[in-house]
Amino acid sequence: MTMARLSVWVLAGLAASVGSSRPVLAQSAPPAPASAQQVQQVRDQLDQLRKDFETERRLYDQRLAELEARLHEVEAGPSGPSAAATPASSTPAGPAAPAPAPAAPTTPAALMPASLPDPVAQPGDQGAGAQSSQVGPGASKVFNPDMSAIGNFVGYAGKNEMVANPSMQLTEAEIAFQAIVDPYARADFFLSAGPEGLDVEEGYVTFTSLPASLLLKVGKMRAQFGKVNTLHTHAMPTVDRPLVTENLVGGEDGLSDWGMSLAHLLPTKAVFLELTGEVYSGNSNVFQSDSRSKLNYVGRVRAYRDLTEATNIDLGTSFAYGPTDVGQSTTMTAPTPSVLNKTLYGIDATFRYRPLRRAIYQRLNLRTELIWSRQDLPSSMQTTAFGWYGLAEYQFARRWYVGGRYDRSGRPLDGSLVDNGGSVFLTYWPSEFSQIRGQYRATNYSEGIFANEFLFQFNFAIGAHGAHVF
Amino acid sequence: MRLRVVLVGLASVLVTAAPRAAGPLKVVTATEDLASIAREVGGDQVTVESLARGYQDPHFVEAKPSFILKLKDADLLIAVGRELEIGWLPPLITQSRNAKIQPGADGYLDASLNVRILEIPTGQITRAMGDVHPLGNPHYWLEPGNGRKIAEAIRDKLSELVPAARATFAQRYADFDRRLAEGEKRWDAALGPYKGAKIVTYHRSWPNFAERFGLDVIGYVEPKPGIPPSPSHTLDLIDEMKRQQVKVVLVEPYFDLKTPQAIGRETGAAVLVMPPSVGGVPEASDYIKLFDYDVNLLATTLKKVLGR
Repeated sequence: MTMARLSVWVLAGLAASVGSSRPVLAQSAPPAPASAQQVQQVRDQLDQLRKDFETERRLYDQRLAELEARLHEVEAGPSGPSAAATPASSTPAGPAAPAPAPAAPTTPAALMPASLPDPVAQPGDQGAGAQSSQVGPGASKVFNPDMSAIGNFVGYAGKNEMVANPSMQLTEAEIAFQAIVDPYARADFFLSAGPEGLDVEEGYVTFTSLPASLLLKVGKMRAQFGKVNTLHTHAMPTVDRPLVTENLVGGEDGLSDWGMSLAHLLPTKAVFLELTGEVYSGNSNVFQSDSRSKLNYVGRVRAYRDLTEATNIDLGTSFAYGPTDVGQSTTMTAPTPSVLNKTLYGIDATFRYRPLRRAIYQRLNLRTELIWSRQDLPSSMQTTAFGWYGLAEYQFARRWYVGGRYDRSGRPLDGSLVDNGGSVFLTYWPSEFSQIRGQYRATNYSEGIFANEFLFQFNFAIGAHGAHVF
Repeated sequence: MRLRVVLVGLASVLVTAAPRAAGPLKVVTATEDLASIAREVGGDQVTVESLARGYQDPHFVEAKPSFILKLKDADLLIAVGRELEIGWLPPLITQSRNAKIQPGADGYLDASLNVRILEIPTGQITRAMGDVHPLGNPHYWLEPGNGRKIAEAIRDKLSELVPAARATFAQRYADFDRRLAEGEKRWDAALGPYKGAKIVTYHRSWPNFAERFGLDVIGYVEPKPGIPPSPSHTLDLIDEMKRQQVKVVLVEPYFDLKTPQAIGRETGAAVLVMPPSVGGVPEASDYIKLFDYDVNLLATTLKKVLGR
């Protein structure tokens, strides 16, 4: 019964009780006092009214509880229990509840796969699902990974006789799938679709629950050599990679290979001190292995410390050692010489300033990396090369970043051939998910060729791309 | 030879693994608000630390390695949830080397599970709506009722982790509940006369607060969440404020005051820096004091501009 009908009942009851006694508004003599029988009648009617009211209220409470339970169900989406709501219970299920059990889940929505059902389709799903089965038709979608796509569109204008870059190109569409595997691990896949086809840029499992402060990553990864090698193209502060990366550390793809990475966090309190040891198969732009026993080893020590709440410093030293295909004969008749190895050493330093109260408006990043490359040559010879870059990036308004970079690098097989150059760049962020960048780059190649270029870039992201490592 | 070196290195690393220390439970929270409530309920049984400061925007905290150090030894991590920390907390948890606080483990608590969430979007949600939160407005701690719910969740979780101190947590919760009820009387008395008062806020941080205390938020300085003020939107807002006689603009401490002050000059409205988080100003040093500060600031200003 609704409140409307209840009020009708009340009014009827009142009317009845009023009607049974003298009219109150009589203009003649005051009404005679009601007899005992009439009083009892009124009392009985009041009791009846009270009982009826109680019944109505109980029914109403039940209905309310039912509706609340249904509402929570609807909020939980098709993945929640569609038929589980009973009149007496009202179990609150969080909107991201993965399990049918009504107990409040402890898994955070943030870390769970993006499981939000399409709100437009929801009422239909609910209706169809509730009739036919206990679990809604979209239940399995809850475990879908976070998906995202990032487009990197780059253009070149100007003159460069050394490196032929196209006028415009969607150099990369990076598709990411990221999710938790089980209580012990998570997986991240980054597929890169570009002019050369579809490739696994990175695809690795991270074991997060190991003892002894260890973090193990297994898969295809960008090696922890220096800083810029670990960055995906769309996360760079500039359109291009530094000259030293192009010359000595594998260019755009960098040192990226199949392998395993184990990182140990030392129990120091004042400094974040991390030791990483990695082993790779030796199939990258930097190292080339021709047999199973010849592997590529990478090691890194990273020290990080907050200086103040707004500033911090990040220092690292890295090395990489492995076989290369330098001097390897491609003909079948010539005897294959022993494999020549290469060693890379790197030092990196990053200083960051970002005042907390104005964090969305202002920041300064200063970074430098120094890299030495020592390549073994035939007849027990060696050649060394050195390169470095220094980069400064300053955010001066909520959506604007400006910066500059100096580059200098030798060539891997002849360190005396040195290229250098500089860039200035300006980036506009319409939002967190989109960037437009212009960069002027001047390069002096060691052959005496001077290149003058203007690079521009549009970066745009859709989906739930999670945050990158700092 | 190389293999032996690797094995020896691995062995030495495993040997240095530290055992779980006895003593108070180490609690790390995402924000100062959760830290304050955790201190209220936990008392001596816990040491509590917050990753984000009260005067910084909780959406845009940097995932610094120093936070990883804090999380490494934590026994319990409490997050606000509703995707408030989605931009920075997950990689910290992944790299924390702490099995206890991984999602789904006992040492992880999402404080938003039983609270009253407002502004849950219906219909199609896209980023054309700005930085919209698909799971509802995550600034839910700004009503005392939800403060109670958060405290209940923390009490239950702490009792689960330290069963011996269950009675202490229950008693501390009851005390917090009582002080919160006393506070609610004060705050209702202070803001009661201004029920229905129209205000403008910078970001959508205040729906729970506004609903609880009967305030009417008629517009925002941001055209859409996460989008900085634009001249056209600001002009529209000024016109609307003049039409509806809105005399108060609330600005969170991490936003630039230039546009709000311009709005204030044009409309005659008072521009208040009102912290939505504990620690946003030194006076708001805990959850109850945060409401004391905010409510008094707002009540005093409303009295001045509305003259009643």
